[in-house]
Amino acid sequence: MIPISYYLWVSALLFVTGAIGVLLRRNALVILMSLELMLNAVNLSFVAYARMFNDMGGHVFVFLNITVAAAEAAVGLAIILAIYRTKETVDVDHLSLMQH
Amino acid sequence: MEALLFWIFSIVGVGCGGMVIWHRNPMGSAIYLVVTMLCLSGLYALLNGAFVAVLQVLIYAGAVMVLMLFVIMMLSTHTEGGPREGSRPAWLVSGVIGLIVVFKVGALFGFGKPPEAVDEFGTIQGVGSLLFNRYILPFELISVLLLIAVIGAVILSKRDAQ
Amino acid sequence: MDGTAFLQGTGALVPHLTVLITGLVILTLDLFLTERSRFLNEVVGLVGLALAFVLAVLQHGDPRMVFMDMAVVDNFSVFFHATFILIAILTLLMSASFVRREDIASGEYYALVLFATTGFMFVASAANLVMLFLAIEILSIATYILAGLHRQEQRSLEAAFKYFILGAFSSAIFLYGIATVYGALGHTSITQLAATVAQGEVSPLLMLGMALLIVGLGFKVAVVPFHMWVPDVYDGAPITVTAFMSAGPKAAAFAALLRVFFQGFGAENMAAQWAPVFAVLAGLTMILGNLSALAQVSIKRMLAYSSIAHAGYAFVALVTLDALGAASILYYMVAYAFMSLGAFAVLTVVAKRGERHHAFSDYSGLASTNPILAAVMTLFMFALAGLPPTAGFAGKFYVFSAAVKSGYYVLAIIGVLTSVVSVFYYIHVIRVMYMQEPGEGGSPIRVSAATCALLGVTVLGTLYMGVFPGSILRLAEHSVSLLF
Repeated sequence: MIPISYYLWVSALLFVTGAIGVLLRRNALVILMSLELMLNAVNLSFVAYARMFNDMGGHVFVFLNITVAAAEAAVGLAIILAIYRTKETVDVDHLSLMQH
Repeated sequence: MEALLFWIFSIVGVGCGGMVIWHRNPMGSAIYLVVTMLCLSGLYALLNGAFVAVLQVLIYAGAVMVLMLFVIMMLSTHTEGGPREGSRPAWLVSGVIGLIVVFKVGALFGFGKPPEAVDEFGTIQGVGSLLFNRYILPFELISVLLLIAVIGAVILSKRDAQ
Repeated sequence: MDGTAFLQGTGALVPHLTVLITGLVILTLDLFLTERSRFLNEVVGLVGLALAFVLAVLQHGDPRMVFMDMAVVDNFSVFFHATFILIAILTLLMSASFVRREDIASGEYYALVLFATTGFMFVASAANLVMLFLAIEILSIATYILAGLHRQEQRSLEAAFKYFILGAFSSAIFLYGIATVYGALGHTSITQLAATVAQGEVSPLLMLGMALLIVGLGFKVAVVPFHMWVPDVYDGAPITVTAFMSAGPKAAAFAALLRVFFQGFGAENMAAQWAPVFAVLAGLTMILGNLSALAQVSIKRMLAYSSIAHAGYAFVALVTLDALGAASILYYMVAYAFMSLGAFAVLTVVAKRGERHHAFSDYSGLASTNPILAAVMTLFMFALAGLPPTAGFAGKFYVFSAAVKSGYYVLAIIGVLTSVVSVFYYIHVIRVMYMQEPGEGGSPIRVSAATCALLGVTVLGTLYMGVFPGSILRLAEHSVSLLF
């Protein structure tokens, strides 16, 4: 059997990868996908801990988290679409208020 | 066998995760993300999380990513990737810092092999009975969240029809 | 869960449900309204909120856990519920003419404000980290949408996008913190967390979880260095939404911080770990918020930075871990709601259609064209600067004396010094209003009835809390007693 820690390592790697994506990429859609990557990594942590403690509460959290992620994705895509309609770009560098 | 599957899913998953943030074209990133999600689903299955594994494929990979691909294709004429954004040094520094963070955090994980899984662990019945008993309030609250998301999606993306 | 427990739980959540159902009613009602009857949205909203306020206040008493330990009803949550509903009522009054003027979809706007308020209320009654997360997500997503509702203005959509990205990023970090705490403890209940920490069984994994929770909540409160999103988001969002955002999510985040850190991680040994971190964050926030506000030429942006600074003042009380400190935070949230919403209401009126007039120069000579408005604004500027006899002075006094009582003299000194600095930029507004000639088009500005009512309430609140601070403070102390 694989120790649970290995799964947690994978989760940490994916989480940090997503975080780097959010901070460094300039395409709004890729930033959104990096966010989804971070949320997926957290889900893996929950499932791993659930297995460790034999507690299906972890699975319930994953269920709730997937729903939250879906809601966020919907709203995020709506915002990106609305911006694209007025500015014809999804590059965050072209959004004049953005300063980072 | 389990070990083999774990290593395949992990390495492919982490590799594709890296490609999500590395690939220039958002369409490619989306496909890599779908593959990552499928690998994660496999890992959930290895952890006796049958229900969440199915949920991952059905909802996350199957609905959320399809929606995202839809939008990417709608905006595709202007989102073809140019040169990768961000300077070389920035990527290098973040990569190094990221790895340091992962190793520091990883040192805290002292978990060994899990105990025997209880009966019906991770099945729909098991998760369902928890969802409708102990976690009924979060479950109901999620419906409010979905309503808000629907309102937002409609009102932000509708064309100005006066 | 059996029937009686379910009914008991629903009864305990009646205030939340009232606000939620009011939002749903507005959403449905809006389908049948015409341009002329659009005002019914506000009426329904105000009636619902008033009812919820009464129901919330009636709930004070012994703490009780409902819905299988997911939510708790106690004096702490009652105080915060009353504050949140007050903020919502004031926002509705402010938005009445604004929404009509700027052509914003009124039904959805009010519904989202009410849903966000429901989210605030669930934050204050959360007994489990998962409930806390869901409540924070509800209020966050509703607020992302609200920030982008001014669809004609590009700045609004950009503000919504920036808020969304950084908000979702911080939520993910917060969630990873919850997962780590789950991994350290095997559960996510805040009360059980308190028991475990009190026994001294603290693992490094739990510490990591705590650190991640600090980062996640730090974004929501906008303390330095997690404050980057505030100036652009507050500047781009429609002004009534900015007002709502400056008071509501901030109070909700403090409620969450108090629950998690005073109740959850409240034991002495644990507090020694996080209190110094909070102290540094508070100090940096006060310094940076006030210094940045000095340089602004847009009054809306100045208020945004001032909002960061005020979060810093309240944050000072978080390091004290005693009853006075907690009570002073509650007091500060109410005081800030009055001052901030009042000031933003004046901005709404002066900015006119399209929000084109937010520069300091747009206020020149306001004292001669609209003397009452200028006087009201002067009061709010005094209050935000912390001058007596306003609520702002009382709030800062309590916060800084709590810090001194616990030995954090440096923080109190930083607080007083930065408050002195802040007087400069607040007085600048007053100077412009009274000492400069009105520009072209210097005709008196029309103020709607609802806005008059709002300004009346906020002025009364600011003065009352400044002259008679004891009553509200006693309420606050009564509400936090159960945390200790």
